[in-house]
Amino acid sequence: MNKTVYIIFLFVFFLLLQVTILNNILFLGYINPYLYISFVFLYPLNTNRFPFLSLAFLLGLCIDAFSNSGGIHAFSILYIAYIRLFFVRTIFKKNTSDYLLFNLRLKTFDKVFNYTAILTVIHHFILFSLINFSFFNFYNVIINTLFSSIFTLVLYFLGSFIFSKKLYK
Amino acid sequence: MQQLFYFFQKNKYFLFFLFLEVIAVALIINNHSFHRSKFISSTNYITGSIYEQTSGLSEYLNLKEKNLNLSKENTLLKNKLDKLYSIIDNVNVTVIIDSLNYNQNYKYINGKIISNNYSSSDNFITINRGIKNGVSNEMAVINNKGVIGITDNTGNKYARVQSILNANSKINASFKNSNHFGTLIWNGEKYNIVQLTDIPRQATFKIGDTIITGGRSTIFPKGIPIGTVSKMPKKLSATNTIDVKLFNDMSNLGHIYIITNLNKNEIKSLENKNE
Repeated sequence: MNKTVYIIFLFVFFLLLQVTILNNILFLGYINPYLYISFVFLYPLNTNRFPFLSLAFLLGLCIDAFSNSGGIHAFSILYIAYIRLFFVRTIFKKNTSDYLLFNLRLKTFDKVFNYTAILTVIHHFILFSLINFSFFNFYNVIINTLFSSIFTLVLYFLGSFIFSKKLYK
Repeated sequence: MQQLFYFFQKNKYFLFFLFLEVIAVALIINNHSFHRSKFISSTNYITGSIYEQTSGLSEYLNLKEKNLNLSKENTLLKNKLDKLYSIIDNVNVTVIIDSLNYNQNYKYINGKIISNNYSSSDNFITINRGIKNGVSNEMAVINNKGVIGITDNTGNKYARVQSILNANSKINASFKNSNHFGTLIWNGEKYNIVQLTDIPRQATFKIGDTIITGGRSTIFPKGIPIGTVSKMPKKLSATNTIDVKLFNDMSNLGHIYIITNLNKNEIKSLENKNE
Protein backbone atom coordinates (compact mmCIF):
# COMPACT_ATOMS: atom_id res chain seq x y z
CA MET A 1 0.00 0.00 0.00
CA ASN A 2 1.12 3.51 -0.72
CA LYS A 3 2.67 5.23 2.28
CA THR A 4 0.60 8.43 2.13
CA VAL A 5 -2.63 6.49 1.74
CA TYR A 6 -1.64 4.31 4.68
CA ILE A 7 -1.05 7.39 6.87
CA ILE A 8 -4.33 9.05 5.87
CA PHE A 9 -6.14 5.78 6.51
CA LEU A 10 -4.56 5.50 9.98
CA PHE A 11 -5.48 9.10 10.82
CA VAL A 12 -9.15 8.88 9.82
CA PHE A 13 -9.58 5.36 11.19
CA PHE A 14 -8.24 6.16 14.67
CA LEU A 15 -10.11 9.48 14.82
CA LEU A 16 -13.48 7.94 14.02
CA LEU A 17 -12.83 4.86 16.16
CA GLN A 18 -11.99 7.03 19.16
CA VAL A 19 -14.81 9.56 18.96
CA THR A 20 -17.68 7.35 17.87
CA ILE A 21 -16.98 4.15 19.78
CA LEU A 22 -14.20 4.27 22.35
CA ASN A 23 -15.21 7.56 24.01
CA ASN A 24 -18.54 5.96 24.91
CA ILE A 25 -17.17 2.85 26.62
CA LEU A 26 -16.54 4.26 30.12
CA PHE A 27 -16.07 0.86 31.69
CA LEU A 28 -17.10 1.06 35.39
CA GLY A 29 -17.90 4.74 34.86
CA TYR A 30 -14.41 6.10 34.31
CA ILE A 31 -12.05 3.63 32.61
CA ASN A 32 -11.74 4.54 28.97
CA PRO A 33 -9.26 3.35 26.32
CA TYR A 34 -7.45 5.99 24.28
CA LEU A 35 -6.46 3.85 21.36
CA TYR A 36 -5.85 6.79 19.01
CA ILE A 37 -2.29 7.04 20.33
CA SER A 38 -1.51 3.90 18.28
CA PHE A 39 -1.12 6.44 15.47
CA VAL A 40 2.16 7.40 17.11
CA PHE A 41 3.32 3.77 17.37
CA LEU A 42 2.38 2.87 13.82
CA TYR A 43 3.56 5.98 11.95
CA PRO A 44 6.63 5.01 9.91
CA LEU A 45 9.94 6.42 11.15
CA ASN A 46 11.33 9.16 8.99
CA THR A 47 14.26 11.55 9.11
CA ASN A 48 12.02 14.56 8.45
CA ARG A 49 9.84 14.79 11.53
CA PHE A 50 7.73 17.86 10.69
CA PRO A 51 4.85 15.96 8.99
CA PHE A 52 4.70 13.44 11.82
CA LEU A 53 4.61 16.05 14.59
CA SER A 54 2.03 18.16 12.74
CA LEU A 55 -0.25 15.18 12.05
CA ALA A 56 -0.05 13.94 15.64
CA PHE A 57 -0.96 17.42 16.85
CA LEU A 58 -3.82 17.64 14.35
CA LEU A 59 -5.19 14.25 15.41
CA GLY A 60 -5.18 15.36 19.04
CA LEU A 61 -6.88 18.61 18.10
CA CYS A 62 -9.63 16.79 16.19
CA ILE A 63 -10.30 14.55 19.18
CA ASP A 64 -10.42 17.65 21.38
CA ALA A 65 -12.99 19.18 19.06
CA PHE A 66 -15.22 16.18 19.57
CA SER A 67 -14.84 15.96 23.33
CA ASN A 68 -14.88 19.72 24.11
CA SER A 69 -11.63 19.56 26.02
CA GLY A 70 -9.66 22.55 24.72
CA GLY A 71 -6.27 21.15 23.75
CA ILE A 72 -5.48 18.40 26.24
CA HIS A 73 -5.39 15.52 23.74
CA ALA A 74 -3.31 17.61 21.36
CA PHE A 75 -0.85 18.41 24.12
CA SER A 76 -0.39 14.86 25.34
CA ILE A 77 -0.22 13.11 21.97
CA LEU A 78 2.28 15.68 20.68
CA TYR A 79 4.43 15.05 23.74
CA ILE A 80 4.72 11.31 23.14
CA ALA A 81 5.17 11.93 19.41
CA TYR A 82 8.16 14.08 20.21
CA ILE A 83 9.82 11.72 22.69
CA ARG A 84 9.12 8.61 20.55
CA LEU A 85 12.48 8.83 18.84
CA PHE A 86 14.32 8.73 22.15
CA PHE A 87 12.70 5.42 23.07
CA VAL A 88 13.27 3.97 19.61
CA ARG A 89 16.95 4.74 20.09
CA THR A 90 17.23 3.33 23.61
CA ILE A 91 14.95 0.28 23.38
CA PHE A 92 15.54 -0.90 19.80
CA LYS A 93 19.12 0.47 19.50
CA LYS A 94 18.43 2.11 16.15
CA ASN A 95 20.14 5.08 14.58
CA THR A 96 19.24 7.36 11.66
CA SER A 97 20.30 4.95 8.93
CA ASP A 98 17.95 2.18 10.11
CA TYR A 99 14.80 4.31 10.09
CA LEU A 100 13.54 3.32 6.66
CA LEU A 101 13.67 -0.40 7.37
CA PHE A 102 12.26 -0.15 10.87
CA ASN A 103 9.05 -2.14 11.37
CA LEU A 104 7.38 -2.73 14.70
CA ARG A 105 5.97 -6.11 13.63
CA LEU A 106 9.39 -7.62 13.13
CA LYS A 107 10.56 -6.87 16.67
CA THR A 108 10.36 -9.18 19.66
CA PHE A 109 7.30 -8.88 21.85
CA ASP A 110 9.06 -7.80 25.05
CA LYS A 111 10.74 -4.82 23.38
CA VAL A 112 7.55 -3.75 21.63
CA PHE A 113 5.70 -4.09 24.91
CA ASN A 114 8.19 -1.91 26.78
CA TYR A 115 8.07 0.69 24.05
CA THR A 116 4.27 0.93 23.83
CA ALA A 117 3.69 0.61 27.57
CA ILE A 118 6.06 3.44 28.46
CA LEU A 119 4.60 5.79 25.85
CA THR A 120 1.02 4.88 26.82
CA VAL A 121 1.58 5.47 30.53
CA ILE A 122 3.28 8.83 29.87
CA HIS A 123 0.45 9.89 27.56
CA HIS A 124 -2.30 8.84 29.96
CA PHE A 125 -0.60 10.47 32.92
CA ILE A 126 -0.33 13.83 31.13
CA LEU A 127 -3.86 13.47 29.79
CA PHE A 128 -5.50 12.79 33.15
CA SER A 129 -3.46 15.45 34.92
CA LEU A 130 -4.70 17.98 32.38
CA ILE A 131 -8.29 16.76 32.62
CA ASN A 132 -8.09 17.17 36.37
CA PHE A 133 -6.32 20.55 36.03
CA SER A 134 -5.49 20.77 39.75
CA PHE A 135 -3.63 18.85 42.44
CA PHE A 136 -6.87 18.30 44.29
CA ASN A 137 -7.84 14.78 43.18
CA PHE A 138 -4.38 13.44 42.49
CA TYR A 139 -5.24 9.94 43.69
CA ASN A 140 -7.90 9.75 40.96
CA VAL A 141 -5.33 10.72 38.33
CA ILE A 142 -3.05 7.83 39.31
CA ILE A 143 -5.91 5.31 39.38
CA ASN A 144 -7.28 6.50 36.03
CA THR A 145 -3.84 6.41 34.44
CA LEU A 146 -3.19 2.87 35.65
CA PHE A 147 -6.48 1.29 34.62
CA SER A 148 -6.94 3.16 31.36
CA SER A 149 -3.36 2.34 30.33
CA ILE A 150 -4.01 -1.36 30.90
CA PHE A 151 -7.22 -1.11 28.88
CA THR A 152 -5.54 0.75 26.02
CA LEU A 153 -2.61 -1.69 25.89
CA VAL A 154 -4.87 -4.74 25.89
CA LEU A 155 -6.88 -3.26 23.01
CA TYR A 156 -3.73 -2.30 21.13
CA PHE A 157 -2.21 -5.77 21.32
CA LEU A 158 -5.51 -7.45 20.48
CA GLY A 159 -5.82 -5.14 17.49
CA SER A 160 -2.30 -5.70 16.29
CA PHE A 161 -2.83 -9.46 16.64
CA ILE A 162 -6.03 -9.36 14.59
CA PHE A 163 -4.56 -7.13 11.89
CA SER A 164 -1.26 -9.00 11.83
CA LYS A 165 -1.76 -9.73 8.16
CA LYS A 166 0.37 -7.02 6.68
CA LEU A 167 -1.58 -3.93 5.75
CA TYR A 168 1.55 -2.11 4.89
CA LYS A 169 4.65 -3.37 3.16
CA MET B 1 23.82 35.71 13.10
CA GLN B 2 25.28 32.52 11.77
CA GLN B 3 25.25 31.05 15.25
CA LEU B 4 21.58 31.91 15.51
CA PHE B 5 20.85 30.08 12.25
CA TYR B 6 22.92 27.17 13.43
CA PHE B 7 20.95 27.08 16.65
CA PHE B 8 17.64 27.05 14.76
CA GLN B 9 18.91 24.38 12.38
CA LYS B 10 20.06 22.19 15.23
CA ASN B 11 16.94 22.53 17.38
CA LYS B 12 14.30 22.91 14.70
CA TYR B 13 12.26 19.90 15.84
CA PHE B 14 12.38 20.94 19.47
CA LEU B 15 11.32 24.49 18.60
CA PHE B 16 8.49 23.21 16.40
CA PHE B 17 7.40 20.90 19.21
CA LEU B 18 7.48 23.78 21.67
CA PHE B 19 5.48 25.98 19.32
CA LEU B 20 2.69 23.41 18.96
CA GLU B 21 2.63 22.72 22.70
CA VAL B 22 2.20 26.44 23.38
CA ILE B 23 -0.82 26.45 21.05
CA ALA B 24 -2.26 23.47 22.93
CA VAL B 25 -1.72 25.11 26.32
CA ALA B 26 -3.36 28.31 25.07
CA LEU B 27 -6.38 26.29 23.95
CA ILE B 28 -6.59 24.48 27.29
CA ILE B 29 -6.44 27.69 29.29
CA ASN B 30 -8.92 29.35 26.97
CA ASN B 31 -11.30 26.44 27.45
CA HIS B 32 -10.94 26.56 31.22
CA SER B 33 -11.33 30.26 31.84
CA PHE B 34 -13.95 31.44 29.37
CA HIS B 35 -15.65 28.34 28.02
CA ARG B 36 -15.80 30.12 24.74
CA SER B 37 -13.51 28.11 22.53
CA LYS B 38 -15.49 28.86 19.41
CA PHE B 39 -13.39 26.93 16.97
CA ILE B 40 -12.41 23.72 18.73
CA SER B 41 -15.76 22.56 19.99
CA SER B 42 -18.49 20.11 19.15
CA THR B 43 -20.83 22.77 17.76
CA ASN B 44 -19.14 23.23 14.43
CA TYR B 45 -20.59 21.71 11.30
CA ILE B 46 -18.38 18.64 10.88
CA THR B 47 -18.29 17.38 14.45
CA GLY B 48 -21.98 18.15 14.89
CA SER B 49 -23.10 16.18 11.87
CA ILE B 50 -20.93 13.15 12.75
CA TYR B 51 -22.39 13.12 16.24
CA GLU B 52 -25.89 13.38 14.79
CA GLN B 53 -25.28 10.30 12.63
CA THR B 54 -23.96 8.20 15.51
CA SER B 55 -26.70 9.27 17.90
CA GLY B 56 -29.24 8.39 15.23
CA LEU B 57 -27.91 4.84 15.38
CA SER B 58 -27.61 4.50 19.13
CA GLU B 59 -31.07 6.00 19.68
CA TYR B 60 -32.69 2.72 18.70
CA LEU B 61 -31.08 0.93 21.61
CA ASN B 62 -33.20 2.59 24.28
CA LEU B 63 -36.25 3.50 22.27
CA LYS B 64 -38.49 1.57 24.65
CA GLU B 65 -37.47 3.54 27.71
CA LYS B 66 -37.74 6.86 25.87
CA ASN B 67 -41.27 6.00 24.74
CA LEU B 68 -42.24 5.12 28.29
CA ASN B 69 -40.90 8.47 29.49
CA LEU B 70 -42.81 10.35 26.82
CA SER B 71 -46.07 8.60 27.57
CA LYS B 72 -45.61 9.29 31.29
CA GLU B 73 -45.09 12.94 30.53
CA ASN B 74 -48.13 12.97 28.29
CA THR B 75 -50.29 11.58 31.08
CA LEU B 76 -48.97 14.22 33.45
CA LEU B 77 -49.68 17.01 30.98
CA LYS B 78 -53.14 15.67 30.21
CA ASN B 79 -53.96 15.61 33.92
CA LYS B 80 -52.73 19.17 34.30
CA LEU B 81 -54.73 20.27 31.27
CA ASP B 82 -57.82 18.68 32.74
CA LYS B 83 -57.31 20.55 36.01
CA LEU B 84 -56.87 23.77 34.07
CA TYR B 85 -60.08 23.16 32.15
CA SER B 86 -61.97 22.82 35.39
CA ILE B 87 -60.59 26.17 36.55
CA ILE B 88 -61.48 27.83 33.27
CA ASP B 89 -65.03 26.50 33.62
CA ASN B 90 -65.44 28.32 36.90
CA VAL B 91 -63.94 31.69 35.93
CA ASN B 92 -64.69 33.99 33.03
CA VAL B 93 -63.24 32.19 30.04
CA THR B 94 -62.13 35.06 27.79
CA VAL B 95 -60.02 36.74 30.45
CA ILE B 96 -58.04 33.59 31.11
CA ILE B 97 -57.38 32.95 27.46
CA ASP B 98 -56.23 36.54 26.97
CA SER B 99 -53.90 36.32 29.91
CA LEU B 100 -52.55 33.05 28.64
CA ASN B 101 -51.69 34.68 25.34
CA TYR B 102 -50.16 37.85 26.65
CA ASN B 103 -48.49 36.72 29.84
CA GLN B 104 -46.60 33.75 28.58
CA ASN B 105 -43.24 33.96 30.32
CA TYR B 106 -41.37 31.04 28.88
CA LYS B 107 -41.22 29.42 25.49
CA TYR B 108 -40.20 25.78 25.08
CA ILE B 109 -38.23 24.45 22.14
CA ASN B 110 -37.87 20.70 21.81
CA GLY B 111 -34.62 19.05 20.84
CA LYS B 112 -32.44 16.00 21.12
CA ILE B 113 -29.08 15.31 22.68
CA ILE B 114 -26.57 14.09 20.12
CA SER B 115 -23.50 13.80 22.33
CA ASN B 116 -23.30 13.45 26.07
CA ASN B 117 -20.35 13.61 28.41
CA TYR B 118 -20.44 12.81 32.13
CA SER B 119 -17.09 11.33 33.07
CA SER B 120 -14.65 14.25 33.20
CA SER B 121 -14.68 17.19 35.58
CA ASP B 122 -16.01 19.68 33.00
CA ASN B 123 -18.79 18.06 31.07
CA PHE B 124 -20.55 19.38 28.01
CA ILE B 125 -23.55 18.12 26.06
CA THR B 126 -24.22 18.79 22.39
CA ILE B 127 -27.81 19.28 21.19
CA ASN B 128 -29.23 19.44 17.68
CA ARG B 129 -30.76 22.92 17.96
CA GLY B 130 -29.00 26.19 17.18
CA ILE B 131 -29.47 29.81 16.17
CA LYS B 132 -31.72 28.69 13.31
CA ASN B 133 -34.18 27.28 15.82
CA GLY B 134 -34.13 30.33 18.08
CA VAL B 135 -31.59 29.05 20.59
CA SER B 136 -29.05 31.49 21.99
CA ASN B 137 -26.54 31.43 24.84
CA GLU B 138 -27.68 31.18 28.47
CA MET B 139 -30.89 29.27 27.95
CA ALA B 140 -32.09 26.55 30.29
CA VAL B 141 -32.07 22.94 29.13
CA ILE B 142 -34.31 20.43 30.92
CA ASN B 143 -36.14 17.18 30.29
CA ASN B 144 -39.25 15.77 31.90
CA LYS B 145 -37.30 14.49 34.92
CA GLY B 146 -35.36 17.64 35.72
CA VAL B 147 -32.58 20.09 35.05
CA ILE B 148 -29.80 19.25 32.57
CA GLY B 149 -27.81 22.44 32.01
CA ILE B 150 -27.42 25.83 30.35
CA THR B 151 -26.47 26.52 26.72
CA ASP B 152 -23.09 28.20 26.52
CA ASN B 153 -21.96 28.11 22.91
CA THR B 154 -24.44 28.27 20.06
CA GLY B 155 -23.67 27.37 16.49
CA ASN B 156 -25.91 27.62 13.48
CA LYS B 157 -27.48 24.16 13.77
CA TYR B 158 -26.03 22.82 17.01
CA ALA B 159 -25.48 24.16 20.50
CA ARG B 160 -23.21 23.18 23.34
CA VAL B 161 -24.74 22.83 26.79
CA GLN B 162 -22.77 23.29 29.98
CA SER B 163 -24.11 20.33 31.92
CA ILE B 164 -24.86 20.61 35.65
CA LEU B 165 -21.99 18.12 35.94
CA ASN B 166 -19.47 20.89 35.30
CA ALA B 167 -17.17 22.48 37.83
CA ASN B 168 -18.19 25.94 36.57
CA SER B 169 -21.92 25.34 36.73
CA LYS B 170 -23.82 27.39 39.33
CA ILE B 171 -27.60 27.16 39.46
CA ASN B 172 -29.97 28.77 41.91
CA ALA B 173 -31.98 26.07 43.72
CA SER B 174 -34.38 25.95 46.64
CA PHE B 175 -36.32 23.48 48.77
CA LYS B 176 -39.76 22.50 47.63
CA ASN B 177 -41.35 22.96 51.03
CA SER B 178 -39.66 26.24 51.99
CA ASN B 179 -38.28 29.24 50.22
CA HIS B 180 -34.70 28.96 51.52
CA PHE B 181 -32.39 28.84 48.56
CA GLY B 182 -28.78 27.95 47.79
CA THR B 183 -26.42 27.37 44.91
CA LEU B 184 -26.17 24.08 43.08
CA ILE B 185 -22.60 23.05 42.25
CA TRP B 186 -20.76 19.83 41.40
CA ASN B 187 -17.56 18.55 43.00
CA GLY B 188 -16.61 16.33 40.08
CA GLU B 189 -16.95 12.95 41.78
CA LYS B 190 -20.16 10.97 41.16
CA TYR B 191 -22.27 11.69 38.13
CA ASN B 192 -25.58 11.23 39.92
CA ILE B 193 -24.77 13.35 43.00
CA VAL B 194 -24.52 17.16 42.98
CA GLN B 195 -24.01 19.56 45.89
CA LEU B 196 -26.23 22.33 47.23
CA THR B 197 -24.26 24.98 49.07
CA ASP B 198 -24.69 28.39 50.74
CA ILE B 199 -27.96 27.40 52.38
CA PRO B 200 -28.99 29.79 55.16
CA ARG B 201 -28.57 28.53 58.73
CA GLN B 202 -32.25 28.88 59.47
CA ALA B 203 -33.27 26.38 56.83
CA THR B 204 -34.63 23.13 58.16
CA PHE B 205 -34.43 20.09 55.97
CA LYS B 206 -34.11 16.37 56.21
CA ILE B 207 -32.93 13.52 54.02
CA GLY B 208 -35.42 12.89 51.22
CA ASP B 209 -36.55 16.48 50.78
CA THR B 210 -37.06 17.56 47.19
CA ILE B 211 -34.89 20.27 45.64
CA ILE B 212 -36.29 22.42 42.80
CA THR B 213 -34.98 25.38 40.82
CA GLY B 214 -35.39 28.65 42.67
CA GLY B 215 -36.57 30.99 39.93
CA ARG B 216 -34.30 33.78 41.10
CA SER B 217 -32.35 33.83 37.88
CA THR B 218 -33.64 34.76 34.45
CA ILE B 219 -32.61 31.37 33.07
CA PHE B 220 -34.64 28.72 34.88
CA PRO B 221 -38.34 29.08 35.67
CA LYS B 222 -39.28 28.23 39.25
CA GLY B 223 -40.20 24.71 40.18
CA ILE B 224 -38.27 22.45 37.82
CA PRO B 225 -37.32 19.33 39.79
CA ILE B 226 -33.64 18.63 40.46
CA GLY B 227 -33.29 15.85 43.01
CA THR B 228 -33.63 14.78 46.61
CA VAL B 229 -31.38 15.39 49.62
CA SER B 230 -29.27 12.26 50.04
CA LYS B 231 -26.60 13.20 52.59
CA MET B 232 -26.07 16.09 54.98
CA PRO B 233 -23.25 16.95 57.38
CA LYS B 234 -23.76 16.17 61.08
CA LYS B 235 -22.67 19.62 62.18
CA LEU B 236 -24.10 22.54 60.25
CA SER B 237 -21.59 25.25 59.41
CA ALA B 238 -21.79 28.71 57.87
CA THR B 239 -21.57 27.32 54.38
CA ASN B 240 -23.82 24.33 54.57
CA THR B 241 -23.18 21.83 51.81
CA ILE B 242 -25.50 18.92 51.27
CA ASP B 243 -25.50 16.13 48.70
CA VAL B 244 -28.40 16.00 46.27
CA LYS B 245 -29.24 12.87 44.33
CA LEU B 246 -30.45 13.79 40.84
CA PHE B 247 -33.77 12.58 39.46
CA ASN B 248 -32.15 12.46 36.05
CA ASP B 249 -29.82 9.66 35.06
CA MET B 250 -27.22 11.92 33.46
CA SER B 251 -25.65 9.00 31.62
CA ASN B 252 -28.85 8.25 29.74
CA LEU B 253 -30.44 11.35 28.24
CA GLY B 254 -32.46 11.68 25.05
CA HIS B 255 -35.10 14.27 24.28
CA ILE B 256 -34.85 17.66 25.92
CA TYR B 257 -36.56 21.05 26.08
CA ILE B 258 -34.78 24.37 25.75
CA ILE B 259 -36.48 27.17 27.66
CA THR B 260 -36.46 30.79 26.50
CA ASN B 261 -37.40 33.49 28.97
CA LEU B 262 -39.44 35.93 26.92
CA ASN B 263 -39.04 38.69 29.51
CA LYS B 264 -35.30 38.23 29.92
CA ASN B 265 -34.30 41.51 28.30
CA GLU B 266 -36.78 43.49 30.34
CA ILE B 267 -35.61 41.92 33.62
CA LYS B 268 -31.96 42.39 32.72
CA SER B 269 -32.42 46.08 31.83
CA LEU B 270 -34.37 46.69 35.05
CA GLU B 271 -31.64 45.07 37.12
CA ASN B 272 -28.99 47.15 35.41
CA LYS B 273 -30.87 50.38 36.06
CA ASN B 274 -30.73 49.84 39.80
CA GLU B 275 -26.97 49.70 39.84
